[in-house]
Amino acid sequence: MLRRYLAKRLLVAVPSLLIASLIVFTLPRLIPGDVVVLMLAEKAYAKDIDELRAKLGLDRPLPVQYVEWLGKVARGDLGESLWTKRPVVEEIGQRLPITSELALLGLAVALIIAIPVGVISAARQDTIADYVARSVAILGLSVPAFWLATLLIVLPAIWWGWRPVTGFVEFSRDPIGHVAQLLLPAAILGIAVGAALMRLTRGMLLEVLRQDYVRTAWAKGLGERVILMKHALRNAVIPVVTLLGTQLPQIIGGTVIIETVFGLPGMSRFLFDAINQRDYPVIQGVNLVVVSLIVLVNLAVDALYAVLDPRIRY
Amino acid sequence: MSIQVEAPHGVSQAKPAIERARASAGAQVLLACARFVRRKPLGALGAVIVVALLVMAVFAERLAPYDYDESIRGARMKPPSAAHWLGTDNLSRDMWSRIVYGARVSVTVGVATVGLAVLLATAVGVSSGYFGGVYDLIVQRVVDAWLSFPYLVIVLSVMAVLGPGLLNVVLSLAVIIAAVNSRVIRGATIGVTQTTYVEAARALGCGHRRIILRHILPNVAATVIILATIGLGTAILAESALSFLGFGVPPPYPAWGAMLSGSGRTYMFRAPWMAIWPGVAISLAVFGFNMLGDALRDVLDPRLRGAR
Repeated sequence: MLRRYLAKRLLVAVPSLLIASLIVFTLPRLIPGDVVVLMLAEKAYAKDIDELRAKLGLDRPLPVQYVEWLGKVARGDLGESLWTKRPVVEEIGQRLPITSELALLGLAVALIIAIPVGVISAARQDTIADYVARSVAILGLSVPAFWLATLLIVLPAIWWGWRPVTGFVEFSRDPIGHVAQLLLPAAILGIAVGAALMRLTRGMLLEVLRQDYVRTAWAKGLGERVILMKHALRNAVIPVVTLLGTQLPQIIGGTVIIETVFGLPGMSRFLFDAINQRDYPVIQGVNLVVVSLIVLVNLAVDALYAVLDPRIRY
Repeated sequence: MSIQVEAPHGVSQAKPAIERARASAGAQVLLACARFVRRKPLGALGAVIVVALLVMAVFAERLAPYDYDESIRGARMKPPSAAHWLGTDNLSRDMWSRIVYGARVSVTVGVATVGLAVLLATAVGVSSGYFGGVYDLIVQRVVDAWLSFPYLVIVLSVMAVLGPGLLNVVLSLAVIIAAVNSRVIRGATIGVTQTTYVEAARALGCGHRRIILRHILPNVAATVIILATIGLGTAILAESALSFLGFGVPPPYPAWGAMLSGSGRTYMFRAPWMAIWPGVAISLAVFGFNMLGDALRDVLDPRLRGAR
């Protein structure tokens, strides 16, 4: 049964991934005017127009280009960067771990904030604690990450003369320093996501707390802590965990800002630089990797949902 | 269906009644507002912030003591004072004036983006939810694909292609916000389509157009209003991020996000007010729309509570 459900989800994911790949492929070709002329005018990417056109494969019909590109992608070839002249796959492979690390740490921060605050907020609905938690959560959703980052750099410097260390520390050189430098960026990244998840946790928990089995638990004379933690939270957290998947695009989007502000050499920063330099193979490659990752993680999360919640119908 | 009452003595006698009804309608609106303030104090706070933002955007010329790109002699990077409430920047421009004019950028982008997004989302969401079938399946796969892109990544990629500028910011943000919202509107539409009054309308022989315009749209309107309010906050936040990254409204026009990058960051240790006030403005504006949207959701559509 489970296998059939997963197969069905996989079947639904494939067309989404294909459409996404079409979007990724079409984007650079939407440019008004001739891409090639523009690229040549901006940066000396190649000797002449025909050479660049042939290099980008732009001299063939669009559907042919798309199928060819997909075929290359399937073989793990994302082309080479117009700027560094190195294979895009290699470039991404170097930078993806940093972005993944940042995203995972950010997610951890988000969960550490979201679950306890959400539980307190729901258990004490419409009290001062609830109002404060909800207001702070909305504030967390409202404050731009790049500003929060600036504040956290400026204010300690003004108040205590402390400035965060700049420059990137490799894991192999100094593991503790490597993780330590990611903590502040991850915390900022986690705040907005944590705020969204906190609201979800609260909403789900409030719904569960109205269920009959919770009333039965109260009637049995169980303590509040047992009811909250054992009966309510376990059921409320399942959809929250699965909704982590939908938060992934937001986290990865956030890394673009965070990596730029803190100068971390991750994949999102690489994408941002590529956008500034109009390095189309890199833009395409990173977009494709990001979107595939998100679709795959969502698929995994769906599977997890089916495993975690025995009530789900396959 | 409404029942028509004929006025036997002509229009003149009906007039006071209409005026009375109008007066009571006015009183009812006031009463509803008072009830909203009492029941949703945080939502009311949000409404106040939103109104203040709109006033700043509309009356920028009157509220700002200086022009947004006016250099004031001998006032380079002055801290906040009575003469310059929020200080001055590295080009001797009054920060308060720039923030007031910046509200105009945020509100313009917000309203234009959300207007376009809501139109798109309603068209896609309602048609997809109402007609269902293969059409729904295909449309939803396209929406799925859009939703699996991080908005900043896709918007930046689009901006790389289209180039920076107000119109391009609006277009690219609108498509993303529309994709998210169309999902919610589709859900609401499916709910309404399954009600007995839609079934009754169909049994009476109403066409698709009449059912959609008279029965479905009015019933998903609350959802659309809530999504639009929250969408305004999202759009303003996204615009500020794009401006911060250098893909927004080109200088010297003051966008809050752009004020925080470039010189705002270069001089952040020497003139911290340059890096603080624009951020306060963005946060307050987005906070206002989010608070108002949240409260509206609780009041207008209890089914959506806790969703986001």
